Amino acid sequence: MIENVTCPACGLLCDDLSIDTANDKLSVVKHGCHKSVAFFGRSALPASPRIDGKPATLAQATARCSEILQQANMALLGGLATEVQGMRAVMSLADKAGATLDHMNSNNFMRNVQVVQNSGWQTTTLTEVRNRVDLLLIVGTDIVSGFPRFFERQIWNKESMFGQDTSTREIVYLGGKLDTSAGIAPDGRKPDVLPCAMAQLPEVIAVLRALVLGKHIVAHEIAGIAVADLEKLAARLKAAKYSVVTWAAAALDFRHAELTVQNIVELVKTLNNTTRSSGLPLGGMDGEMDANQVATWISGYPMRSSYARSYPEHDAYHLSTDALLQSGEADALLWVSTYNPDAPPPMTQIPTIAIGHPQMKLQREPEVFIPVSVPGIDHRGIAFRMDNVVSLPLFQLRQTTLPSLSEVLGEIESKLT
Amino acid sequence: MMIKLTGGRVYDPAHGIDGKVMDIYVRDGRIVAKPKDSERIDQEYNVAGKVVMAGAIDMHTHIGGGKVNIARMMLPEDHRGDPVGHSELCRAGCGHAAPSTLTTGYRYAEMGYTAGFEPAVLPMNARQAHLEMGDVPIIDKGGYAMLGSDDMLLRMLAAKKDQNAINDYVAWTMHASQAMGIKVVNPGGISAFKFNQRMLDLDENNSYYQITPREVLKVLARAVYELGVPHPLHVHGNNLGVPGNVETTLNTMLGVEGYPVHLTHIQFHSYGTEGDRKFSSGAARIAEAINQRKNVSADVGQILFGQTVTASGDNMAQFRNHNAGSPKKWVVMDIECDAGCGVVPFKYKDKNFVNALQWAIGLEIFLLVEDPWRIFLTTDHPNGAPFTSYPHLIRLLMDKSFRKEMFSRISPDAQAMSTLGSIEREYTLYEIAIMTRAGAAKLVGLHDRGHLGAGAAADITVYTDDADREKMFTKPDYVFKDGQLVVKDGSVVKVTWGTTHVVKPEFDRGIEKDIAKYFDAYHTVKMEHVKVTDQHIADDGRGHVQVHECQGRREKSA
Repeated sequence: MIENVTCPACGLLCDDLSIDTANDKLSVVKHGCHKSVAFFGRSALPASPRIDGKPATLAQATARCSEILQQANMALLGGLATEVQGMRAVMSLADKAGATLDHMNSNNFMRNVQVVQNSGWQTTTLTEVRNRVDLLLIVGTDIVSGFPRFFERQIWNKESMFGQDTSTREIVYLGGKLDTSAGIAPDGRKPDVLPCAMAQLPEVIAVLRALVLGKHIVAHEIAGIAVADLEKLAARLKAAKYSVVTWAAAALDFRHAELTVQNIVELVKTLNNTTRSSGLPLGGMDGEMDANQVATWISGYPMRSSYARSYPEHDAYHLSTDALLQSGEADALLWVSTYNPDAPPPMTQIPTIAIGHPQMKLQREPEVFIPVSVPGIDHRGIAFRMDNVVSLPLFQLRQTTLPSLSEVLGEIESKLT
Repeated sequence: MMIKLTGGRVYDPAHGIDGKVMDIYVRDGRIVAKPKDSERIDQEYNVAGKVVMAGAIDMHTHIGGGKVNIARMMLPEDHRGDPVGHSELCRAGCGHAAPSTLTTGYRYAEMGYTAGFEPAVLPMNARQAHLEMGDVPIIDKGGYAMLGSDDMLLRMLAAKKDQNAINDYVAWTMHASQAMGIKVVNPGGISAFKFNQRMLDLDENNSYYQITPREVLKVLARAVYELGVPHPLHVHGNNLGVPGNVETTLNTMLGVEGYPVHLTHIQFHSYGTEGDRKFSSGAARIAEAINQRKNVSADVGQILFGQTVTASGDNMAQFRNHNAGSPKKWVVMDIECDAGCGVVPFKYKDKNFVNALQWAIGLEIFLLVEDPWRIFLTTDHPNGAPFTSYPHLIRLLMDKSFRKEMFSRISPDAQAMSTLGSIEREYTLYEIAIMTRAGAAKLVGLHDRGHLGAGAAADITVYTDDADREKMFTKPDYVFKDGQLVVKDGSVVKVTWGTTHVVKPEFDRGIEKDIAKYFDAYHTVKMEHVKVTDQHIADDGRGHVQVHECQGRREKSA
């Protein structure tokens, strides 16, 4: 039994799990959730590298990867689901190979990154939420399907630093047609719910921001929500001592959702002229914080950056995986997905290298497949939590014969000329 | 391997050497005494006529940690103006206001710097600070752990815990954060901002804990002293940037009751309220106070004109000042009931009255403080200006005609409010060597750096003497790091990974039981996971941790 294990299955990075390691099997025995049970419960099946579907040695496979990268005019290093040390190796390889970088979740999190680059934001972290929030406004997500233990750890926690009775915390869901049961207080008090179609969230958020700014709204109803109800919500936000407005960029799946994120965080900024309020972006899946953090300190730029011209460049639109594959600009793909088997490389006819989980559910046999060990299970590492501040150690829980991503990428890099 | 640097003019203030022509010998990374004639010299550098100093040490520079990386992420337009391609030796990156980690290391080394200390390591973000510094090549590094708005300390003060308990907690934090010192930022104020207080003066209560900044300062200054930590408490005072804050700063010097204290970026805390615009220089009063009080040291935090970005733990001040920023974008964060941060890009303009006077105030402080062992050359990188502007700043200090010419170009209203035009002092090479080498090493607690005596690490910079001091300090002829030639003619010729300097003061481990319980009750991580291990720092073979001596724990207080 190993206690206080960190779980990288979602961006909460809970670090209080107990894992039973008996009989060569890992099982979560304490503080589990459906995500951690699935993550730790995958059995370690033997796997070996393959070239064109045929078994190969690691040396042969990495040599072939180097050839593919060498022959490419624009190699895309995609996926990038790894932790800090793996990402350091990715950055080193990208520099050497003149490659372009993008993460599998960047269609989601670039909605946030663009706001930070354009106007900034005012945000908070999980321990602050746990101890301070008095009004939680949840925009367009149920939270728990992505982050199962959020309410247990951040909202309905029994103790808080400043003597707050946490059971009195107010929860408001805005937008979406959601399962809101997690927002029910321990004493049975129900959350407030203002539902609307996700596609209409931009209007609703814009009106709410206008109301917080004190503007007069002529319409009586927005996306099926009475303006009077939004006025009440604005008044509650102004009256709250420490409101938190949270959203999951992944759920805001409509065009130019960054503008809605911007309206959310500008609303928060305005509230701070008189009281305290903070945004809380929910995310951090599949090592996305690690990819952005490490890329930013090493190159100066977050995801969607490129070393094609020897110095790093960044373009939130042109350097997306979708754009580069659709236009045919990328002529080789090296895909990294170490945490789980469910994120294989996208279907493309360009030479593809898949490095990652030994049971990766491939859509087609890639030119090269290299299974690597899983961070937080097979090898230790460091991962950043969704709030972009706290990093936690990942642990090795079992022995493996598979190499780590860093070792594989180091091999590939050493064979580039 | 024996190296000889022959015939240079040596400036080594730690040994009182002021421009004496002498040879320096280096064996296996260390400076050694003149060897026997029989010993073979493997490599000789003829540095006759050149200026030889220890490698420079930046004792306050924001080079790693969450807020720095936010600044990087926020500023793609700034990076685009200074792209850095890879070379045979060096990897790619970007420069200017918030440079990439790799470029930071190369550029510091190319300027003759061999160490830099990150002054705002949030304990809850310490691992990130070390990870980023781990990707800063060549130079040594270290950090000061931030306390003073963390719930744990304020809670202990509110509960009237005794000094011994505070000392144990401070020492525990230094171990967990792998720190070289302790910094306090807007004492109690970052916490107060979370309770919606917008200002907190030295004797004003934090509304929740009913604790004043003065109390926080006093117990922390005393803790650092009693633990034997060489670097005095590093203080970013209350009321940063507020006209009239000179009073707060003077009271802060008194508030530590004689314990050693270092006041950082003091320029931002030296403002009066005189004149038509109610903004004036408090430099003369500040300098006089420093001159009188031997327990006080300061670094300036000079501003220089141009675009930069301010990144601070003081989210109260950053929120207050965000409207003055340019371009108009800003990030403010509350962090883990531990600390906060705020990132606001700034463009300082010489024709802007306030900016011009800030510039003059900084220089007045440099020139009016008499003891170069207690005043340090910083721009609070990148808050006042990027560190790459140090050679320009050195010229302003060493060349009064250049300084007067620059002064004549700033806002005339600011000129009218400053005495700078009548100050004739010029810093000497010896004094620059004190400020940036011997003094900095002594202040930080690096016994084997910042000097050229036998036994010191062979961090050595060789310059060609030039009346244009900016030119001279921009491009050294040679820089040796731990005896290896890393820079030649201002360009990196070898990439090494520096040392991370830390102290580990003794403490009563029994306190961990209480801290663990506290984390379990209130936090979202386990206490054990807050600790930064040596492995986290030195993974991938990047450098190692060097533990410096604390002069033993002093007797427990009665």
